[in-house]
Amino acid sequence: MQKLMLLGDEAIAQGAIDAGMSGIYAYPGTPSTEITEYVMHSKEATIRHIRSGWSVNEKTAMESALGMSYAGKRAMVCMKHVGLNVAADAFINSAITGANGGLIVVSADDPSMHSSQNEQDSRFYGKFAMVPILEPSNQQEAYDMVYYGFDLSEKLGTPVLMRITTRLAHSRSGVERKASREQNGVKLPKNARQFILLPANARKQYKTLLQKQAEFENQGMTSGFNSYFEGKDKSFGIITTGIAYNYLLENFPDRHLPYSILKIGQYPLPHALVEKLYNECDELLVLEEGAPIVEESLKGFLNTGKRIKGRLDGTLPRDGELNPNIVAVALGKVDTYGRKIPSIVVGRPPSLCKGCPHIYSYNALNQALETWTKGRVFSDIGCYTLGALDPFDAINTCVDMGASITMAKGAADAGLLPAVAVIGDSTFTHSGITGLIDCVNQKSPVTIMILDNGTTAMTGGQTSAAFGRIEDICRGIGVEKEHIIIMNPSPKDHDENLSVMKRELDYQGVSVIIPRRECIQTALKSHKAEKKLNEKVEA
Amino acid sequence: MKRDIILAGVGGQGILSIAATIGMAALDSGLHMKQAEVHGMSQRGGDVSSNLRIADHEIASDLIPYGQADLIISVEPMESLRYLPHLSEKGWLITNTRPFVNISNYPSLDSLMAEIESLQNHIALNAEEIAKKLGAARSANMVILGAATPFLEIASEKIRKAIRNLFARKGEDIVKMNLEAFEAGYTFALGHMN
Repeated sequence: MQKLMLLGDEAIAQGAIDAGMSGIYAYPGTPSTEITEYVMHSKEATIRHIRSGWSVNEKTAMESALGMSYAGKRAMVCMKHVGLNVAADAFINSAITGANGGLIVVSADDPSMHSSQNEQDSRFYGKFAMVPILEPSNQQEAYDMVYYGFDLSEKLGTPVLMRITTRLAHSRSGVERKASREQNGVKLPKNARQFILLPANARKQYKTLLQKQAEFENQGMTSGFNSYFEGKDKSFGIITTGIAYNYLLENFPDRHLPYSILKIGQYPLPHALVEKLYNECDELLVLEEGAPIVEESLKGFLNTGKRIKGRLDGTLPRDGELNPNIVAVALGKVDTYGRKIPSIVVGRPPSLCKGCPHIYSYNALNQALETWTKGRVFSDIGCYTLGALDPFDAINTCVDMGASITMAKGAADAGLLPAVAVIGDSTFTHSGITGLIDCVNQKSPVTIMILDNGTTAMTGGQTSAAFGRIEDICRGIGVEKEHIIIMNPSPKDHDENLSVMKRELDYQGVSVIIPRRECIQTALKSHKAEKKLNEKVEA
Repeated sequence: MKRDIILAGVGGQGILSIAATIGMAALDSGLHMKQAEVHGMSQRGGDVSSNLRIADHEIASDLIPYGQADLIISVEPMESLRYLPHLSEKGWLITNTRPFVNISNYPSLDSLMAEIESLQNHIALNAEEIAKKLGAARSANMVILGAATPFLEIASEKIRKAIRNLFARKGEDIVKMNLEAFEAGYTFALGHMN
């Protein structure tokens, strides 16, 4: 069969389509976005009537997927690692309810924080929820594991967490497909009370989950995703998780490894294999992409056994993603680092696009705030976070989705007035609305700027759940009509915008300013599409 | 055989079109391939790179180890230097000389050129100027691809075929324009290899 050249993300999507998935739910977030986009653009998925699209946030996506699983069909939900924080309530409790139709939760981690505010490791969540975790080492495994993961989920009645990292998500390689299979029909859970987590029932369900743990581990012994390779040199044994295995192999160009290797792709950790390696070798080296979870659990608190090397003892850096050179050094090999970067090469941080509406919003805001001391603008997650950089230097915080509004409220409560929140339209619907209700209920003196460019721009222009209805939402929540102001962020309206901002900064209540203009990237795209259409019509 | 290639540029300059063309030609030549891309925040005018690995055997790592890249192909001069730690001693640097200035502390072009020219194996050319002369201003990336082709260890005919395939749906004129840009870069490199 002809191999497809797929990103890790796309391999997951194709695997899900072929494995008989009926629906995929997600909120965009790098590096997970391309999974859902692939399904949305797949002709096969359309023919098979696979439901796909963006949810308002990761929690609603997780719950919708759980609902589809309840109804007996296979569902997938995708997010970036910090999205799992948002979905955590639903995720942890889905482990207690268990699954009916196959349910896979994909969380894409971003070690080294290429496009994120932290590098949390989603495997903690899998362990926390006590569900099986799959961690592919390459694109083919990503495909195969999705196919297998739906079976595992249905067989053991549990959601399965699939954890990937940036390098796999955004790297392309050949993937061979399996025969595609039918979707499930609607079929309710056998136990009608399975999904009712009333305490009395939740206790039962929790015991069931605990009882399943041994079987979860057994599955990892037979799936083929945990493999043991016997080596002649027993001076140390190596445990790899996920893509760390590739970096190990890269250091042995002839692929003849002298050491015993335990390659982990499925959790809970297989005790029998770990013990075998521990007993056979003088010491262990643990190579994990992410936090030292396996390493820590092997060492335990007292660390009295054989020497275990990894991220905790400095053999590998404590933070950041791995690469072949870091692994080379850990193996005692020479680092092949080439010439130094010449000192004249300077950093080139990302910046707002030429003509971006946010530029004009920030120019006006900066000027409106000139009469006050700095340090009073609370911002959020999106392209506009780039307002932190030169030449704007316009914002003072960026923490998590929606935190702008609520942090501004807290600061205002503390007496920092005026307090300004800057949030995008998509982030507002994701997690800003609830914070706005807090502000309105308590009449907090905050000025909230909702930068409405009509899209989820940072991740590539996905649809925004607000659809230009932001003022209606604010009105419905109870923001006073005369303090909901829509403006056009452009140089020609600068003076007017400035005076409106100054007025609202003085207002001792909730005001919402909505600078509204289409994202320059989506505008260019739709302009191109329109031009193409016109050309076709003319032809 | 293996070719480890770092593609470099600034977000929005379209380095992935070069990667896609080489990748297509590599697959057409029956080779293995892995290609790590940059998506997300950096695409907004930040520095971007792609690790493209081609080999006649299976490839393990998605990332190219330091000091082992055979080629750096850059569509921007300062960006070409950012990845020198990856370049092998015998590796080649192929770069556009036309700067993309979107930061206030961009170094002088002279200092950049001095660094580039201090490398024994380099091809430096103004791709925009060459493309413009051909009336193919938007095909500068294909000039760079042409200049890199003598070092790819893939038959140049396979690259031409990939360009034809990649641009086919945009019409014969666009295909021709891109092929001419490619030839200009290819000829330039052949004349500057020593």
